[in-house]
Amino acid sequence: MSSTVVEHKSFPVRFFSYLFILIWLFIAAFPFVWTFWGSFKVELDFFSKENWANAITGVRTIGDTGSAFTGDGYYGAWVKEEFWKSALNTAIVCFFVVCTSLTIGTLGAYALSRSGFRYAFWLLILALVFRAMPPITLVAGYMLPFFEWGLWGHLWTTIIVLVAINQPFTLWMLHSFFKKIPKDLDESAMVDGCTSFQAFRYVILPVMWPGVITTGLFSFLLAYNDFAVTAMLLSKENQTMVPKIAGFLGTTQTEGNVMFAVAAVVSATAPLFILVMFFQRQIVSGLTAGAVKG
Amino acid sequence: MKHRTFFWFFLPTALAMLLFIFLPIISVVTQSLFIDHEQVFVEVENCNFFGCNTVSVVDTEATEQLRAEQPLGRFVGLGNYINRSHLAFSEVGEAWDKSDSVGGFFNNIFNLPLYRALIFTLVFTFTVTPLLIILGFCIAIGVNSLNQKIKGFVIFFSLLPMIVTPLVGSLILFWMIDSRGIIGSSLQVLFDDPDLSLKASATLTWVTLIVYGVWHAAPFAFVVFYAGLQTVPQDTLESAMIDGASRWERIRYVVIPHLAPLVTFVALIQLMDNFRVFEPIVGFNASAHATSLSSMIYSDLDGESRLLSSAATSSVLTIIGVVILLFPVLIRTWRDWDRKY
Repeated sequence: MSSTVVEHKSFPVRFFSYLFILIWLFIAAFPFVWTFWGSFKVELDFFSKENWANAITGVRTIGDTGSAFTGDGYYGAWVKEEFWKSALNTAIVCFFVVCTSLTIGTLGAYALSRSGFRYAFWLLILALVFRAMPPITLVAGYMLPFFEWGLWGHLWTTIIVLVAINQPFTLWMLHSFFKKIPKDLDESAMVDGCTSFQAFRYVILPVMWPGVITTGLFSFLLAYNDFAVTAMLLSKENQTMVPKIAGFLGTTQTEGNVMFAVAAVVSATAPLFILVMFFQRQIVSGLTAGAVKG
Repeated sequence: MKHRTFFWFFLPTALAMLLFIFLPIISVVTQSLFIDHEQVFVEVENCNFFGCNTVSVVDTEATEQLRAEQPLGRFVGLGNYINRSHLAFSEVGEAWDKSDSVGGFFNNIFNLPLYRALIFTLVFTFTVTPLLIILGFCIAIGVNSLNQKIKGFVIFFSLLPMIVTPLVGSLILFWMIDSRGIIGSSLQVLFDDPDLSLKASATLTWVTLIVYGVWHAAPFAFVVFYAGLQTVPQDTLESAMIDGASRWERIRYVVIPHLAPLVTFVALIQLMDNFRVFEPIVGFNASAHATSLSSMIYSDLDGESRLLSSAATSSVLTIIGVVILLFPVLIRTWRDWDRKY
């Protein structure tokens, strides 16, 4: 922002605004730093009865393992508890959910944005209502038929369900991106002899890439972060990371095993961390996509 | 676009939503009208030294067979809706008759699972949403006045609480507020009370959940408002300054009106998202003190005895709640559309 006005802020105003941002940064980031650091300690340090500072210095960790850092939590989670399987499942689910959602979502959203008829509006409203429904309410509806027809527990069932649940959101976001592309573009392509699909494929999509990537990111986040669907619809062998972590809490009450959960939590956060690092701009533009039109 | 082209373009996504959103709703509604079969009893004559008597024994085989033949259960109409774990009309009526004050009435109502969940969900939704809007706005104003170089850095860290998996985020905070964790033990020192535990009391659990909710969603409000701040008309700000408006007056009379539509947008999205609050209750292991509509359905579905009809009934009521919550928005969008076309 190139401000033409030189703002003269008084010292207290500036001081308090910096202080406020510092406090916010601390609140936002510190829990992650703390948990990351603590994941390399033993349980009696991370949850220390004597002094919370033990989690920083690692008194017990040194006593138990000889070094201030230990990878026991990670070893236990990834190898003993087979967290790698869940990580693999998450990767499969996310990949297919993102690809399918984007394919059918771009087609649908393009149609919605280019149709001036009233039903297009009603479809969008219906999508909004679907978007507002908590996923767990639908899960109650899947259980019985899936059990009866033997569809329960498979990865691909979950993939299809997640694609469907994400569709309303995907449609709204892509719709707002398509709206920004002038209609003249595809109309002139069609005057030149393209079919609707060719106009969409060769003229609109290349212009839409930034929007598609942004929507893909959010589609990925929805699939990656989902707990309601994956926890209820996957069998134990097919669990993805998030229900697996929830499982750690219920079953592993013996000492040290909480650290498996801590290590798993850090492992599951790392990809998101990297994602934000590389795609910060896209995430910001995606969050504001629906908003800026007013 | 022609109807025909529209149809083909829209078909795949329509099929997905029809099969996996619309039909499940039908399935939920159907299931909510049925209840599990009762066990089949058979009369068996039991003779022993003292004589004979007839007792009824569960006929496991017949029960299994009946359940396999009619997995839906037996039809009860609206019976599931008015039983104790849902709308509980008779219990509410009784509470109304018996209790002498409004407070007493609410205390009684609070013991009924559905109302308990509903009250928590509404309290959560309507405290978290305004709080996160205010916090997000303050952060946006603060970040906007920062040096260009560190803005990206601040935005990066600000995004983290929002982007993190809700269950993971709540676990991270849950471990910190544990009485042996850093926040929990610091609070004990601060209030000089070695037995202080945020998990023990219902009020403190609610407060923790609300704090988590604001922490998780404030970045969203921040990002949207921050983007809005980039488009504040500079001439208006300038003329306001020349007219002698103070910093606060400029925010109050130029910036806030400019951001007003964004506030509506954030409020809408967050009302929808907070109404479905669920993961933090699992993450904070808080179901003893706080249940939401979603967590109620989850605990019905979870575990050995899957209470499908009960979960379905709660789901239908939740969906009705969502529609009521959205109603003002739907009407507004409808008017907007009318204006445009």
